[in-house]
Amino acid sequence: MRITIAVVMMLACVMNVSAKVEMLSFTVPENEARYKKLTAELRCMVCQNQNIASSNADLAKDLRQQVYTHIKKGQSDEEIIAFMVARYGEFVLYRPRLNARTALLWLGPFVLLVGGMFLMIRLMRRTRDGDAPISEGSMNRARDLLKKNSKTP
Amino acid sequence: MRHLIPLIIFAVLVVFLGVGLNLNPREVPSPLVGRPAPQFHLKELHHPDRLFGPADLKGKVWILNVWASWCAACRTEHPILNAWSRNPDLILIGLNYKDNPVDGLRWLQALGDPYTRSVVDNNGRVGLDWGVYGVPESFVVDKKGIIRHKTIGPVSMDDVKTVLMPLIVQLEGESV
Repeated sequence: MRITIAVVMMLACVMNVSAKVEMLSFTVPENEARYKKLTAELRCMVCQNQNIASSNADLAKDLRQQVYTHIKKGQSDEEIIAFMVARYGEFVLYRPRLNARTALLWLGPFVLLVGGMFLMIRLMRRTRDGDAPISEGSMNRARDLLKKNSKTP
Repeated sequence: MRHLIPLIIFAVLVVFLGVGLNLNPREVPSPLVGRPAPQFHLKELHHPDRLFGPADLKGKVWILNVWASWCAACRTEHPILNAWSRNPDLILIGLNYKDNPVDGLRWLQALGDPYTRSVVDNNGRVGLDWGVYGVPESFVVDKKGIIRHKTIGPVSMDDVKTVLMPLIVQLEGESV
């Protein structure tokens, strides 16, 4: 009985969610794919960690509608992205374009990786070269210590 | 010296993280600052038979304040706008964003009307052109019709005194 209630409630939740999604009709399946791709790549400015495809915010709904009408009008992906960037800035793009301002963002990890590898190799080399001859005094001291140790069981 | 290096790296990290924590992630620099204000022709809230747009304010320094009766932060901001609008030279245009005009009018009757003019952006299409994403927002437009500044969120009296008024005075001094 309990399980039935739980299942019914879960279904109710799912139905509620699907009811919120706008009905959009695409005549060309390729356009529907473009719509899905674009709305997944654009950030919702209100709820900043969601894309406009998954956000229920009012603004996200408006922007989805914009993407839809622009596709219907026959605009290219680049034109639609340019439309959004002109209004909300590079921040709407989950994948910012590579330019002078975003160069550090894109290239930084690679710089760190190469730098880290270089440092690691240098450190490893240094330890290998580190088998330097030990002075006679130190050797004698080590021998004494070992002798002392072997005497006490 | 060897032990200083990790300490220095740690200190640099702390500084970066500290700066990052003190930034407001909601304040996204608008790409519209420095660009011409998007045009519109919208019905006036008080006179729906009249249209109004930025073209009517060419040669003047003005403020566009985006607000709505459903917006809680606008309620905080409203008394400040009321006080600011006592300045007779201020041109403050209210953009009633995604609101029911009846609610908008009722709000202004109840809380006072600081706006030189109010226009109605029912479906939010103009707000979209202006890159509005969090009401209230305020834009400063110069004599040439270029957006020079944007404040996201409620304007405080401090903002008015230290940022907005000095900017307006500066822009008033510029030639058309």
